[in-house]
Amino acid sequence: MCQIGIKSIDELYADVPKRFQLKRRPTLPEALSEHDLRTHVEGLLGRNQTWRDMPIFLGAGCWPHFIPATVDNIVQRTEFLTSYTPYQPEISQGMLQAMFEYQSMICELTAMDVANSSMYDWASALGEAVRMSVRINNRTEVVVPKTIHPERYATLRTYVEPLKLQIKTVGYNRDTGLLNPESLKDLVSEKTTAVYVENPSYLGFVETQVNQIAEIAHDRGAMFIVGVDPTSLGVLKPPGEYGADIVVGEGQPLGNHLNYGGPLLGLFACRGEMELIRQMPGRVIGMTTTLKGDKTGFCMALQTREQHIRRERATSNICTNEALCALASAAHLASLGPQGLRELGETIMMKTDYAMRQLAQIRGVKTPLFSAPHFKEFTVNFDKAGRTVRGLHRALLKQHGVHGGKDLSKEFPEMGQTALYCVTEVHSKQDIDRLAHALKSVLRKKRRMNHV
Amino acid sequence: MFRQASWDEPVIFKLGGQDRRGCALPGTEEGISKQVGNVLAKLPRAIKRTLPPHLPELSEVEVVRHFTRLAQMNYGVDLGFYPLGSCTMKYDPKINDMLAGAASLSELHPYQDETTVQGTLEILYTLASWLAEITGTHEVCLQPSAGAHGELLGALLMRACHSANGDVENRTELIVPDSAHGTNPASGTMAGFKIIIVPSNQNGCVDLKALKAAVSEHTAGLMLTNPNTLGIFEEDIAEIAETVHEAGGLLYYDGANLNAITGKVRPGDMGFDIVHINIHKTFGTPHGGGGPGAGPIGVCKKLARFLPVPQIAYNQKRRRYYLDYNRPESIGKMRGFYGNVAVLLRAYAYILSLGAEGLEEAAEVSVLNANYLVKRLREIRGFELPYAEGRRRKHECVFSAKPLYKETGVRAMDVAKRLLDYGMHSPTTYFPLIVDEALMVEPTESVEKEELDRFVDVLKRISDEAYSNPDLVKNAPYNVAVTRLDEVKASHPKTMALSWRMHQKRNVIKDAAP
Repeated sequence: MCQIGIKSIDELYADVPKRFQLKRRPTLPEALSEHDLRTHVEGLLGRNQTWRDMPIFLGAGCWPHFIPATVDNIVQRTEFLTSYTPYQPEISQGMLQAMFEYQSMICELTAMDVANSSMYDWASALGEAVRMSVRINNRTEVVVPKTIHPERYATLRTYVEPLKLQIKTVGYNRDTGLLNPESLKDLVSEKTTAVYVENPSYLGFVETQVNQIAEIAHDRGAMFIVGVDPTSLGVLKPPGEYGADIVVGEGQPLGNHLNYGGPLLGLFACRGEMELIRQMPGRVIGMTTTLKGDKTGFCMALQTREQHIRRERATSNICTNEALCALASAAHLASLGPQGLRELGETIMMKTDYAMRQLAQIRGVKTPLFSAPHFKEFTVNFDKAGRTVRGLHRALLKQHGVHGGKDLSKEFPEMGQTALYCVTEVHSKQDIDRLAHALKSVLRKKRRMNHV
Repeated sequence: MFRQASWDEPVIFKLGGQDRRGCALPGTEEGISKQVGNVLAKLPRAIKRTLPPHLPELSEVEVVRHFTRLAQMNYGVDLGFYPLGSCTMKYDPKINDMLAGAASLSELHPYQDETTVQGTLEILYTLASWLAEITGTHEVCLQPSAGAHGELLGALLMRACHSANGDVENRTELIVPDSAHGTNPASGTMAGFKIIIVPSNQNGCVDLKALKAAVSEHTAGLMLTNPNTLGIFEEDIAEIAETVHEAGGLLYYDGANLNAITGKVRPGDMGFDIVHINIHKTFGTPHGGGGPGAGPIGVCKKLARFLPVPQIAYNQKRRRYYLDYNRPESIGKMRGFYGNVAVLLRAYAYILSLGAEGLEEAAEVSVLNANYLVKRLREIRGFELPYAEGRRRKHECVFSAKPLYKETGVRAMDVAKRLLDYGMHSPTTYFPLIVDEALMVEPTESVEKEELDRFVDVLKRISDEAYSNPDLVKNAPYNVAVTRLDEVKASHPKTMALSWRMHQKRNVIKDAAP
């Protein structure tokens, strides 16, 4: 203070108009010591119950998975954790190389040429993908399936509202769940900027008509955008092999914890034409060499698309992204390898199949509602049992300590009392049997009550 | 002498060997596999993967060594001084990371029954109320994932507000000062506005006359950061707010520089209608090499009804926290679920460990440190402090290396690169755009005086080097993982290699690593 010639700190704030200077401290609790803080926060968190405490069959955009300790360990390295966006590449090679490797692995998974180093989540990545599509072909409508995740639909709407883009939904076949290709043909026109599908779909079934959908979109000059759960890509065909122009998705299931829904990891990849690359949102890491040419290195590429250079003409406003989550996914994919990824997909399909079989045997339960193959998630309908999902799930939780899936009755009223259940590799046979037993018991009790 | 590790670490695709695995997955019990048989056979050919993805095959120890070596070639706050202006690279308390890693948070699913997540809901609800108190706003929404995401939401709320007034077709212009962060104009454009730039006056502040000329019945609002990117407090804020409000516009506060004034003055009191908060800046959460952060926004009363769903609410009667979706005028959603909860929990812990007094002290020390650097750096030949001669800075200051460039040919970027050789991160360079050869320095509060002095000494030394041996500085760095990189090559359509697959297809970059 004496060096800069002030007697009191207030002098440093002398230029803040008096009437705005706070006369009192903000009303906040007293500071806690580290020990007390820990006791307090752990006390609060202790009131939560997680899938470690009880079997939970929730997915719907955020899924419980096994995460190797190595992955958690790597993202906790504070050289990564406490670094900023790598604006000085020479001192940030570690994160840059890891991001290049992440992008490269996402390209391998999806069979696309270029991926960015992350978006916030699947929903916002979808919003950005459709905006990118509009920048490329300047059209006024986008077509999405009626079975899209409602939160992704809502986010997409927010993102494209300023463009006055019209969102059209295409219906599904009530027996198979699959998108109705005839309706799609009717909806797609010269006004359509892009056709979007999710695979696996929000409702868990696999969209098998992908070649046909790609053709319909491309015939009218529209882009084809595909949303993916990457854990399916060891067994499902990568979108790049069925004509996708842009791929988005949720990277959380690759090495990232649920964290009550955030942070997540928005996947974003596209084909390698310059026309597309120049319109990509977000940070992209490229491989280069030193100026001397003696060593390979990595740095941010195509920064002239980004807000810090291009400002109001940038392809997106995104700056802070989800780099650390991308690092987790890179480490996770490196640990799995191609065989691990396939095994993961197969295990999930087997356990899902088993769960559907067990639940289908219960009186009053219909599962799945659709005949297409399923991955990780499936619909369970209770109409014949005469029960609401809400009531049933409450009973499951209270009486059996089992947490059911996501209630779909408000989102898809045409499906009646239906819930979306999720089974991954972390669900044991015992968990699934326990669910089946609990459901049976809750339904039986109700039937008995009905008789009385 | 500082030396960063420089492993010749190959790209991961070159590591490993056939059939290696880095982890074993939970398997499928026999009782299941026997019953379900070959599930893959159910997949039609059109959708079945035939060629496995070309992923590397590494053992566990290979994975760990690879990424640990990469970590050693990365510089973070935990290693040393990181005065990256506008980024607030303060120390991230370890206890907060530890709490955020608790399974009782990390394994919580966002769609769980509200009775099973009361602990987390209470934390989020309380945090939102504290942030409202700190920023002087009516209601806070925690959903945005980053500062720019909050900006986009803010700009969309302006739209929603003008829309509700039947004025949205008319209010098409968003005013942004020429010193603003790049995200401001980019966010405004995304929200459908035309960006109007107002110039700064000789003090580096918004030119009131120019602002008065810029506002009209087309003005949707003004985005402003205060203190601004030069680290100068916008003294005329009352007149600025009045000008914008009288024209029917809304005032947006870019919270990137909130660390300077926490506990001293509140954006809401200054007339700002919308405020975003960079949790990863002001509230000490780690930047993770680019993210995740969190960018909650606070709004005045009249805008609260437009906030995204759900808001976290408390039911007094049932004594229970819940997610409130019943907001008919909401603009919808900005992303899936509720926000970056693991980041927000750290902010909750940060505020609790500092309290009101600690937060204020953090702001004061960050400003004190910046002003100490203002004083000391002016002693150095080749650097000058443009704008607002004699005025105090707040949390950051922007020097210009213009004289150095003129006299020695050494540019701000060269100085930045040479700093790396001394084991320090560089300041932000070439920003704000209104300063030539800009070096934007933000020391934050978490640095000792000795470290500030060391920074000054190093810059002095670099200045001496520039005057005696300019090539030494121009060719820096030497002591970090790689020497200066060819960034043009990375972006040129003919040489770009944006993925391993693209690199292999084109093979333009000569890969020198083993």
